[in-house]
Amino acid sequence: MYQYNHSDQTLVNERVAQFRRQTESYLKGELTEDQFRALRLRNGLYIQTHAPMLRVAVPYGVLNSTQCRMIAHIARHYDKGYCHFTTRQNIQFNWPKLEQVPDILAELASVQMHAIQTSGNCMRNTTTDPLAGVAQDELEDPRPYCEIIRQWTTLHPEFDYLPRKFKIAVSGSQHDRAATQFHDIGVHLVRNEHHEIGFKILVGGGLGRTPIIGQVIRPFLEKQHLLSYLEAILRIYNLLGRRDNKYKARIKILVKETGLEKFTALVDQEWQCIKNTLLLDEARLNEISTHFTLPAYCHHDAAYDFSALGTQTPAFTTWLKHNTVAHKVTGYRAVVLSLKAPNTPPGDLTDQQLDAIADLAEQYSFGEIRSTHRQNLVFADVKEADLFSLWEALQAQHLATPNIGTATDIICCPGLDFCSLANAGSIGITKEINDALDDMDYLHDLGDIKINISGCMNGCAHQSVGHIGILGVDKKGVEWYQLTLGGSSDNDAAIGERLGPAVSKQDVTQAIITILEVYASQRAEEESFLTMVNRVGIEPFRERVYATA
Amino acid sequence: MQLLKNKEIIENTWQYLAIDQAITNGDILISAQRWQQEKTSLTTHTGQLGIRLLASDQLADIVDALPHVAVIDLYITDFTDGRSFSQAWLLRHRYQFKGEIRASGDYLSDQVCYLARVGVNAFQPNNGCNVKKEINYLNDFSVHYQ
Repeated sequence: MYQYNHSDQTLVNERVAQFRRQTESYLKGELTEDQFRALRLRNGLYIQTHAPMLRVAVPYGVLNSTQCRMIAHIARHYDKGYCHFTTRQNIQFNWPKLEQVPDILAELASVQMHAIQTSGNCMRNTTTDPLAGVAQDELEDPRPYCEIIRQWTTLHPEFDYLPRKFKIAVSGSQHDRAATQFHDIGVHLVRNEHHEIGFKILVGGGLGRTPIIGQVIRPFLEKQHLLSYLEAILRIYNLLGRRDNKYKARIKILVKETGLEKFTALVDQEWQCIKNTLLLDEARLNEISTHFTLPAYCHHDAAYDFSALGTQTPAFTTWLKHNTVAHKVTGYRAVVLSLKAPNTPPGDLTDQQLDAIADLAEQYSFGEIRSTHRQNLVFADVKEADLFSLWEALQAQHLATPNIGTATDIICCPGLDFCSLANAGSIGITKEINDALDDMDYLHDLGDIKINISGCMNGCAHQSVGHIGILGVDKKGVEWYQLTLGGSSDNDAAIGERLGPAVSKQDVTQAIITILEVYASQRAEEESFLTMVNRVGIEPFRERVYATA
Repeated sequence: MQLLKNKEIIENTWQYLAIDQAITNGDILISAQRWQQEKTSLTTHTGQLGIRLLASDQLADIVDALPHVAVIDLYITDFTDGRSFSQAWLLRHRYQFKGEIRASGDYLSDQVCYLARVGVNAFQPNNGCNVKKEINYLNDFSVHYQ
């Protein structure tokens, strides 16, 4: 993974010093609330329902064991002993004290971490495929490009006060595991007709109140022009994006209101002026790529034979099937650590689990941990021969629930319990669904079902692209939930269709169970939930849900 | 009122004349709108000329003024409106403006390091007392990626 050089470290240290000064100025009354808000947000600090919330950047979702232990340390000493992984691969602490945040940032800087630009109307953490570098369907490893974008976006002097937040995701695979079609800019590594690898650039995607699928603004961009093209898009957005209404300020609205054709022309015109001044040369690319060389894999002639183990321990076989992923190197698999154990808020980990994960990563996966868009973790490089002992260790930490890709692998925002924006609870609903779906055999029989729950229209848990989306709404001080079906953030990107009127809190879990029953009873053989919804539409589900509600 | 220019504190000799104020001799700042309306007479002004540019103004409207002006004053009414940063960058890099680019108004002292990097070389904070600390704030970062 990327290792800081002297300049990288200096920059992060200087940012800590700057924020320490800003915090002191605020506490002395020298900065107003509004002024300090803009500054603290750019250092990941929100003021939430109960306490400040600090969001720490995990650049493109890659952590090492040392960093993981630091997160454990911060959870233990500055928080209530846990942290939360977000859908954008970052980490949130819910209980830091404002005056201690500069110290937390200094501790993070000591392990090459920071909270720079994890909130505020600026360029945010770049995200990518958690299987980067190991996926079988990968054209090229996206991480060097993510790092190049990370550096370019960090403290960019021109684009730190954009109309609204700005998110970039990069994918290097056939299967888009980074939801790039729902980002302000999506970057896909592609091969053109001359067999050269470059980028397909998408623009104007996004979730939140107005979910929109990104559109292709440039089908093929030569690698050397990556940064100049991004700069052209950002400059046009910074100058022309709406600032009169925060709900219409994202680039998706600018693209929609301007029209893709005209927007593309504006970007191209700007790009022509700068394309030869910001070239990404081969030497620079090679230098960054050396940070992402493959680990020292052992050679295996054939895949490991699990048949003996499977007979003795069916639970292991189940976990192997659901929580591990094929690897491009024979004899290895990627392992997904489920952060969706029953009775635990999705994405939460305790300090003790974090320490254990750090140790296990060192023991089994070259000391590296990835965070995923669906709020789980990945050990990307585990020897198949080690999987059984890793499974046992993960079980002891409650990290081996075999529910990856199932209806209890729920994306969930902090909701009303923690977030000042939320209209309704989401963690409680998740727990209810978990309790109702406690039969693992039924869960596995239902197969690939993505349920996403957000506590408000801001849609932090991406409910509009859940196969089943649950959106908390406030009706005269009472929590209600709107349901959508058929959303997807994969290659077949789609925004879910609303099932009908919102359902009350006491009915929402039964409504989900009913939806799953309709699927189980009416599906064609081997038909996934999403395929069936696309085939039959929402009517059969609507009928049953509102008949029983 | 003091001004921070090229990292030195100097006296501000400039006066902004609103559109209904008569043009006087000396160093004056006028709006982009006034430039459009009175450019013929303004080019023969006795004294130095500068244009105050709001974030909502179009650079295209004042490009023809650049050979005639010594100062472009980016007057910031809302420090969260980042258009001024792109205006400064374009003035320096696209239009090769060599004169003074000033930030004034409601920008934050904590923004001077960014403003300097996009081409601003003079600062006139609303609170004149901030000028001194802004010299130090210019040095917040000794390294950068862009």
